[in-house]
Amino acid sequence: MSKGSPISPSLMAAKSAGAPKAPEKVDRPADAVVDNAATLSPVLGPNNVVPPTVMTGSEAIVRSLEELGVDDIFGLPGGAILPTYDPLMASKMNHVLVRHEQGAGHAAQGYAMVTGRVGVCIATSGPGATNLVTAIMDAHMDSVPLVAITGQVSASVIGTDAFQEADIVGITMPITKHSFLVTDPNDIPHVMAEAFHLASTGRPGPVLVDIAKNAQQGTMTFSWPPKIDLPGYRPVVRGHNKQVREAARLIAAASKPVLYVGGGVVKAHASAELRELAELTGAPVVTTLMARGAFPDSHPQHVGMPGMHGTVSAVTALQQSDLLITLGARFDDRVTGVLSTFAPHAKIIHADIDPAEISKNRVADVPIVGSVKEIIPELSEAVRTAFEQSGTPDLDGWWAFLNNLRDTYPLGWTEPEDGLSAPQRVIERIGALTGPEGIYVAGVGQHQMWAAQFIKYERPHAWLNSGGAGTMGYAVPAAMGAKVGEPDRVVWAIDGDGCFQMTNQELATCAINKIPIKVAIINNSSLGMVRQWQTLFYEGRYSNTDLNTGHDTVRIPDFVKLADAYGCAAFRCERDEDIDATIQKALEINDRPVVIDFVVSPNSMVWPMVPSGVSNDQIQVARNMTPEWEEED
Amino acid sequence: MSRHTLSVLVEDKPGVLTRVASLFARRAFNINSLAVGPTEVSGISRMTVVVDADGDLIEQVTKQLNKLINVIKIVELTSESSVQRDHILVKVRADAATRLQVTQAADLFRASVVDVSTDSVVIEATGTPEKLAALLSVLEPFGIREIVQSGTLAVGRGSRSMSDRALRSA
Repeated sequence: MSKGSPISPSLMAAKSAGAPKAPEKVDRPADAVVDNAATLSPVLGPNNVVPPTVMTGSEAIVRSLEELGVDDIFGLPGGAILPTYDPLMASKMNHVLVRHEQGAGHAAQGYAMVTGRVGVCIATSGPGATNLVTAIMDAHMDSVPLVAITGQVSASVIGTDAFQEADIVGITMPITKHSFLVTDPNDIPHVMAEAFHLASTGRPGPVLVDIAKNAQQGTMTFSWPPKIDLPGYRPVVRGHNKQVREAARLIAAASKPVLYVGGGVVKAHASAELRELAELTGAPVVTTLMARGAFPDSHPQHVGMPGMHGTVSAVTALQQSDLLITLGARFDDRVTGVLSTFAPHAKIIHADIDPAEISKNRVADVPIVGSVKEIIPELSEAVRTAFEQSGTPDLDGWWAFLNNLRDTYPLGWTEPEDGLSAPQRVIERIGALTGPEGIYVAGVGQHQMWAAQFIKYERPHAWLNSGGAGTMGYAVPAAMGAKVGEPDRVVWAIDGDGCFQMTNQELATCAINKIPIKVAIINNSSLGMVRQWQTLFYEGRYSNTDLNTGHDTVRIPDFVKLADAYGCAAFRCERDEDIDATIQKALEINDRPVVIDFVVSPNSMVWPMVPSGVSNDQIQVARNMTPEWEEED
Repeated sequence: MSRHTLSVLVEDKPGVLTRVASLFARRAFNINSLAVGPTEVSGISRMTVVVDADGDLIEQVTKQLNKLINVIKIVELTSESSVQRDHILVKVRADAATRLQVTQAADLFRASVVDVSTDSVVIEATGTPEKLAALLSVLEPFGIREIVQSGTLAVGRGSRSMSDRALRSA
């Protein structure tokens, strides 16, 4: 371990968020608690000192979680994890029993995304563990701090195709930040502390801890805090001074700069720092799908979301820019379009905590490795100095160009010709009536894009979605986890009729555990985004995208009856004039989950769109309509 | 495409070879050779990986390797600044009539005969890949029955130690 190096902001947030928990089972002198050790120790939690105590491996798992400051866990027991569920019953930690392990994984993700703390999920071996795989992969793609604990068959039978045996460490190797197989109960405390340290620091990500049944049943000597021994793990946090100064020099010299802001700014809790830098430079800001809310939508410098379904102003700002100030973003293909034609005139400043992201897709002129929480203030300071020396750059021409685009091509929609409601209106009204203090969780597809476009985000951690992985079924369980993490906020799952049918079993979990989320099913009776592509690129041949859940169909399932069966309040809304009243009704119900079946047109499409495989310059504001570019090509 | 020799210090933990190998596989890198063994520091192993790849790809794969938690340090060893050796065992047809010619050929390459039977010998040789290829082409006419070859081993020239520096900075 590097000595005394600062750790990531997400970790610091985790520390301040969790109230220190008094250990329950060990009597010890009051002065045994060393509070200020927490500020230096890589071990999460209050770092209570626990003298050596004999216990079982299972008790050690539960005790480690308690000492790490965990309050909430999502899971489902089974044979190989059964020993651990016994001491868990006596713990003060809140265990939420899900109906499917994938739900536990996404719930832990949602919890982590809104709180900044590590999300924890537990499953048994074999199918229990493989059911977590989608959520683990999702967390890996979106850098979500997640610890997944799985039971494993006893060490003596590992490798014999024992009942419910799966090599989950092998299966998840490419989709975890790291993984552990524990066969000796004495390894449990340090492995748990290492798992939480890895998940929450540097570039956050999922860590799997697979614990053999014999390690749970065996006895061991527990003490706390354990020693973390990770000689190969040394995340860089502070930016390199020389690179920061060089970045400031480029900013002072740029006439068309853009702050290209990614999800790393949200993960690092660096929104305030970003705002200071943005206002100092006067540069336009674009927030990617993962960064919605990192910079307020209402701020005059915000020009929108870039990418395949970004605003014309945001996409064009990147394309025409002469300097991208890239903060915690990764030049994802959905943002760049055809990479070789992306932002052809721009120099690139790229700040990221993961060195492997820098120059992976687009070569950086100024690479800065570190946490944006540290780098942005350093950059602001350097920019201030650079502006004092060489003057504040004149961005008036740049802003005139962008303002014109913003005014000419605002986000909007056309009313469907079939008389059904526009899905965009439903989503826009949910955002408007709930406000920026709410939390909005989307599934994947058209409704996700509309939720990113038509809800106004004013704060970070208010918008959750499955960005990199594109996991249908993310919304309901992730919203459940978000509500557990932020019980005082209104949490909306904005879901599609396709997505909703993948994970709606967690409505039972929500109803029984009093987790009153609100689910808006944007029911266009089809796999909408796929259908949109069929409309645009497959001559309207709708191969296997009709789900028969909407208007004029057999309505299988009937979402209102289904929600009712799950103990939720349930409404159907089929007319524009009922939208506001239905949303209001949902906002007034807080003792149980609410599900609204918003029946909308299947013909609405997501615009603007950069079709797959072409340059961002080919952005279409509507079908076959590309903006007229100004003379500055 | 150029050939690169990477020396990788890793923690001696279960699965570490899989993690490294699968990372190369995921990026469609062809591993030319791979050698793994313990080092002078207990708990630390060293892998020598020889790959064919372009410069920026090798930089990306090095960065990805560095992300593996069990990887402590990676150094690219150039042929000028390092000693690189392969190790080979060759079973060659050799009866009373040809045995002398075979052993003489081995002598020329400073290889040694480590097993003899009535109709074959096993020759052990160490050297650069070029030298071993030359040895094989000389032995070929006699009839090669089996070849076993190690991955390339490489160590930097001079007094400095890779693991020394890596662990001090840790």
